[in-house]
Amino acid sequence: MTALRDIEVQVQAMHGNVQPILNEVLHALDRLIDNDEATTIDLASLPFAPGELEALEASLASGEVSAQLDALGTSNIRETLYPGVWWIEHRNVYDEVVGRYLEITRMPEILSSQTADIRAGRARLGEQFE
Amino acid sequence: MKYTPTVGEILQAKGVSRRGFLKYCATTASLLALPPSMIPRIAAAIENARRPSVIWLSFQECTGCTESLTRSASPTVEGLIFDAISLDYHHTLQAAAGDQAEAARHAAMEENDGAYLVLVDGSIPMGNPGFSTIAGISNVDMLLDTVKGAAAVVAIGSCAAFGGLPGANPNPTGAVGVQDLVKDKPVVNVPGCPPIPTVMTAVLAQFLTFGTIPDLDKHGRPLAYFGNTIHDRCYRRPFYEQGKFAESFDDEGAKAGWCLYKLGCKGPTTYNACATVKWNQGTSFPIESGHPCLGCSEPKFWDKGGFYQPLSTGHFGSGATVAGAAVAGVALGVAAATAGKRRQDKYTKEA
Repeated sequence: MTALRDIEVQVQAMHGNVQPILNEVLHALDRLIDNDEATTIDLASLPFAPGELEALEASLASGEVSAQLDALGTSNIRETLYPGVWWIEHRNVYDEVVGRYLEITRMPEILSSQTADIRAGRARLGEQFE
Repeated sequence: MKYTPTVGEILQAKGVSRRGFLKYCATTASLLALPPSMIPRIAAAIENARRPSVIWLSFQECTGCTESLTRSASPTVEGLIFDAISLDYHHTLQAAAGDQAEAARHAAMEENDGAYLVLVDGSIPMGNPGFSTIAGISNVDMLLDTVKGAAAVVAIGSCAAFGGLPGANPNPTGAVGVQDLVKDKPVVNVPGCPPIPTVMTAVLAQFLTFGTIPDLDKHGRPLAYFGNTIHDRCYRRPFYEQGKFAESFDDEGAKAGWCLYKLGCKGPTTYNACATVKWNQGTSFPIESGHPCLGCSEPKFWDKGGFYQPLSTGHFGSGATVAGAAVAGVALGVAAATAGKRRQDKYTKEA
């Protein structure tokens, strides 16, 4: 019996959805440069043909910075080849993608230490020494 | 009245960090189809939101809607929304049975009078109250009794929204949807057979976050998810406009991923979010798997002709007409879709 993986399926990857997003990124970079205004693009809300998301990711490639966040599952936060353009992927504890975003900003907010966490951490450290 | 913790307190008790909370809010914004710029407002609202009580009633249904929600390996971030509600009554999921279960329903109604949500899956038989009963109570009596003190009612799935499969011609049980019976409460329809789990979660998330129900279309469906047709957002639409169609399920067009319009796709007349939200944790949706949309989120979709008949064939034209209309491009294609919609409406009225 033929296995599913043996059935040849031809996928035409490009349906023209990548170029408009790259244009949107370009405009967002202009706003960041001119007004210091950050932009977030929620990739989950866009219709992608098979292969287009991968094509978009390949177009932006990887830059100098990448970070991994471990909160409610792993999140990968990576600056693309274009400084100020960040690829953010949130996963749950089952390693399933639950959110995928492009942030055009100097640094994604989620990377900053949060005041509430700093306070909680300070309290924990204090308990050890005070 | 018992103390109900805020969602912020619940998350804090679970040891969720602020970064984790921001991740949760980002996912919630995505769920609600809100722009990411809304995340700070969502964070503030969720932190202070009180845990709402939810009563889930199951009538003439196949449990597919509950399966869709609970077997979807709900991501933990979305799962937190369920942790953040108090699901006080659900036939399939609750441990209690019989009198104990009914007592739990009444207790939830009394303690949360005016503030609880009622979720319903399944249609309500009006032909004979004995067609479907729970604890000796007819579905219609249980529904009308339970919604009395509800803030809003959410009809989950096409059966609860529009009558669904039980309501298909000749409708032997006299099945109707919730909106046919509940006239004095806000009713949100989340149709689909089953509905997309994310959309069900989104309605709960909106109620939890803002204490409101979403903006609705003429069929009572959340506009954020039912504002566009499958066709509007389909990645194969460029092929429709180029006149490239699969003619059978194994021809070259099918293998090349061309438009499935001529194989009966109901995408042009079906409003839903499958093309963007997708299924199985965003893996794909039926058209991406090579199957036409069945139109399951539209009223009376069972009675709208054959699933594999193109929208503009059947009683109102021939295959050649479809090919002509579709190949001629967008304008004629839209005309064909409109004709198909009229035909569907005609079927619906006849059913």
